[in-house]
Amino acid sequence: MSELTTLTSKTVEIDNHTINFGPQHPAAHGVLRLILEMDGEVVERADPHIGLLHRGTEKLIEYKSYLQAVPYFDRLDYVSPMACEYAFALATEKLLGITAPDRAQWIRVMFAEITRVLNHLLGVSSFALDCGALTPGLWGYVEREKLLEFHEAVSGARFHSNYFRPGGVAKDLPAGLAEDIAAWAETFPKFIDDVEALLTGNRIWKQRVVDIGVIPAEDALAWGFSGPCLRASGIAWDLRRSQPYDKYSEVDFEIPVGRHGDCYDRYLVRIAEMRESVKIVKQCLQKMKPGPIKVQDHKIAPPTRAAMKQSMEALIHHFKLYTEGYHVPAGATYTVVEAPKGEFGVYLVSDGTNRPYRCKIRSTGFSHLQALETLAKGHMLADTVAIIGSLDIVFGEIDR
Amino acid sequence: MADESIKVDTVLDAVAALPGVMVARRDLGELVVEAARGDAYALFTRLRDEFAFAQVMDICGVDFPERAARFDVIYNLLSVTRNERVRVVVQVADSVCLTSVSSLWPSATWWEREVWDLFGIPFEGLADHRRILTDYGFEGHPLRKDFPLTGYVEVHYDDEQKSVVYDKVKLTQEFRNFDFLSPWEGMTTLPGDEKARGDRK
Repeated sequence: MSELTTLTSKTVEIDNHTINFGPQHPAAHGVLRLILEMDGEVVERADPHIGLLHRGTEKLIEYKSYLQAVPYFDRLDYVSPMACEYAFALATEKLLGITAPDRAQWIRVMFAEITRVLNHLLGVSSFALDCGALTPGLWGYVEREKLLEFHEAVSGARFHSNYFRPGGVAKDLPAGLAEDIAAWAETFPKFIDDVEALLTGNRIWKQRVVDIGVIPAEDALAWGFSGPCLRASGIAWDLRRSQPYDKYSEVDFEIPVGRHGDCYDRYLVRIAEMRESVKIVKQCLQKMKPGPIKVQDHKIAPPTRAAMKQSMEALIHHFKLYTEGYHVPAGATYTVVEAPKGEFGVYLVSDGTNRPYRCKIRSTGFSHLQALETLAKGHMLADTVAIIGSLDIVFGEIDR
Repeated sequence: MADESIKVDTVLDAVAALPGVMVARRDLGELVVEAARGDAYALFTRLRDEFAFAQVMDICGVDFPERAARFDVIYNLLSVTRNERVRVVVQVADSVCLTSVSSLWPSATWWEREVWDLFGIPFEGLADHRRILTDYGFEGHPLRKDFPLTGYVEVHYDDEQKSVVYDKVKLTQEFRNFDFLSPWEGMTTLPGDEKARGDRK
């Protein structure tokens, strides 16, 4: 032992030390507890501990009827609530063997895209905030508020909207909303330009994010990446294009793809996706025709309130629907949507009763966060924060 | 459209011919494969290498307590090059090991940890076998059907001990599990059915 000490006495040896990052840390994006093993300021090992926001959503859904399960999905990815509802609505529709009417599909596509903008606004601005840029965050929140007003107009709630239902949507667009959205779609690209003026060419921003957290395409696939994180690595994979649902096959949009798979590309892809989303919203507004917004089978969708005042049958339907719910034929489906963060899936097993037998939620951030060690290894502590920001993780969906 | 259906069939036939596949079918348009537990790992290797299923998007369990092989473990594989998904279902009995696929897809690690945590299915060869979603020191596997929704323990802050303490769960009101199944649709036997069906002389 003493021999060893004399041998190494000239070099300064610093032992690896472990630091505990979070769960209460503003850059932890919620309740991430990250155990970092550091060699000086370089990350050697990163071990994310998740589950601090685990609420047992999957178990709870097993005790609820299909209709009662929808609001739980708002509380998963609370930054893009409607995208989560979308997966459940489509899965239930698939098992029921029904298709939503045209207008409902257009509304759903439009709001899925509004939700995408909503998500990317927060994703990009909080990412910038993590790297020390305050202004995009302030601007982003102002812009988000406009979109949340659209959420509120259709569903009555800013976040927990409970708007997409199996068989359509809850309510039709209120008068004047389509015009408001159209007006927003005209002005919003200007806002993206402004944010880009702040960040895209910014020297400090590029110093912080270019070549940080690089993941090549093969690794991204092996780690189960999807959405903007996969596209930033150069794989043009978008479920809206490759496995289209609802009206996505009828809209025209581009799939932005990155080349380097670093934090900067993940940021650029999100910015470009917002522009595409605005294009889709405009097309939805153009192609939307008046019509029913939910299936007309009152065993699945409730009758109108006016009908309930006149018709005994409508009243019975309403009562049955909100007590027993509907029976879903036995079967199983894994239905996915392209949520703003990537592939959001629902594996729904029905045993023929009015409650799901099993509802597994495939959350997007789960696989992204898992790759954190691969991404952060060899980077500085401050880069880890940038990487977490660039993955756009939300613990509501990761912990479920 | 005709070409489409022919293409679909070739994938199904090719997958069905693999060793270890018990049943392969299209269910609501989704390719579903039931595989034997012992052959599953070899099957996954071939699916990944020969069928380009480069991604495992999800691994989850389903509990059927009345079955001898109690659990279904479901692997949702995705191939971005072929634009194809396959769902592999492996049945496994209680406290029987499955071979971990984390050596094929690194992303399987957390999914398998989750299945272990929520269902208690152990994975052989899984390097990191800690719980993932539940609390530190949690006991039981909450997504099993015999685990109560309310759980067994609750936490609260104890002012005397000045710390958060665990306690047995106390319900001020008994857990209400509403059964809204209508007797006209849900119940297949009604009271008095035995009289209708019995042979009365």
